Amino acid sequence: MPLPRLIPCLDVADARVVKGVRFAALRDVGDPVELGAAYSEAGADELVFLDIAASVESRAASVEVAARVAEQVTIPFTFGGGMRTVDDAHAVLEAGADKVSVNSAALARPALIEEIAESLGTQAVVVAIDTENGRVRSHAATRDARRDTIAWARECEARGAGELLVTSIDRDGTRRGYDLALFAKLRDAVSLPVIASGGAGNAAHLAAALDVADAALLASILHERPARLVSLRSELKALGVRVRDAA
Amino acid sequence: MKVAICDYGAGNVRSVQLAFERLGADAAVADEAEIVLAAELAVLPGVGSAGSAMAGLRRRGLDEALRERADAGRPILGICLGLQLALDETEEDGGVAGLGLAPGRAVRVRSGRVPRIGWAPIDGGGETFWFAHSYAADTPAATATSEGLAAVVEHGSFVGVQFHPEKSGAAGARFLERCLSRA
Repeated sequence: MPLPRLIPCLDVADARVVKGVRFAALRDVGDPVELGAAYSEAGADELVFLDIAASVESRAASVEVAARVAEQVTIPFTFGGGMRTVDDAHAVLEAGADKVSVNSAALARPALIEEIAESLGTQAVVVAIDTENGRVRSHAATRDARRDTIAWARECEARGAGELLVTSIDRDGTRRGYDLALFAKLRDAVSLPVIASGGAGNAAHLAAALDVADAALLASILHERPARLVSLRSELKALGVRVRDAA
Repeated sequence: MKVAICDYGAGNVRSVQLAFERLGADAAVADEAEIVLAAELAVLPGVGSAGSAMAGLRRRGLDEALRERADAGRPILGICLGLQLALDETEEDGGVAGLGLAPGRAVRVRSGRVPRIGWAPIDGGGETFWFAHSYAADTPAATATSEGLAAVVEHGSFVGVQFHPEKSGAAGARFLERCLSRA
């Protein structure tokens, strides 16, 4: 197995990194390229940029952000948020992104997964799944998608997803630790890599998650501070996790 | 140094171009055989699926250009799917004939999580690179492995890597620099 991955997640809107609780006012916390480069420098294994505005204008801005990130950052990165068509996916990959993540659009029309996989390759398709109590939620977790999480994960795999990025909504932002039972179940249910998200509060939480998942998404735990990633990596090393030597 | 990056309609050509430009190379994205033939180093990048990639190469006459380069002993670098396409065949997409620049075939990865995505070291204490693949080369021409899978394949003037040097940070840049200095 490749080394476990630590993946900082940056929420972007209209080409800026933003921070904010859903529906609350968004606060501008920086330039996606600068912050992405700083995380890369701090030892991130990959980056995820999520366009949370997901408007047509913001998505167009995201393609430009992807192009600027590709110029500055030499590790893989994923772009997601508001991806509805193969053309949307094409645009960010052409700009230099490595993967796209799809969520609500894939729930609304699962064939989108196959279409992107056929045109850009399985490894380029990350399906993001927001889950609560074993059920999938859509539209930034505001709606019940009427699907069982494990069944949907299996369907995504069958349709050609390359990875699953699974967020347990009830843990998100709580820093109480990952939903380990969920990720253990997913590991057995599918054979593609799973990125765990939701609940990271300390290095021990990450170590536990990386035991059952292939990668961990880091959002609120980092606080937009690349220095925190450096310290987390050394804490993980001390806990016996095989962290990449990024020199 | 002139580097031609084969553009056949799919693939991460932009990232590869940027990686070579960072090293000071004159890297052009090319979908014409003449440019691929004229460059000091030709690069066959690749993401996506084997069948459509091979069709894209043929449509542009790049398959012949690459064979001509190989016959003349001129340097070619294949990356990821680009390595797999350079073999005799791949079992992807129900079986696709490759370019035959190196012996062997690409076979489905059968251990671990698939696709195999992430950073992994070259076996025997080598550098750590980023991989993203579901198929791997089964070939006598492998000169380095990662977790037992072919990571570097060398045959004549062809060098193929299963990892993505353009996405492998400092280690990737060091690898590409060696490719440039050998070309």
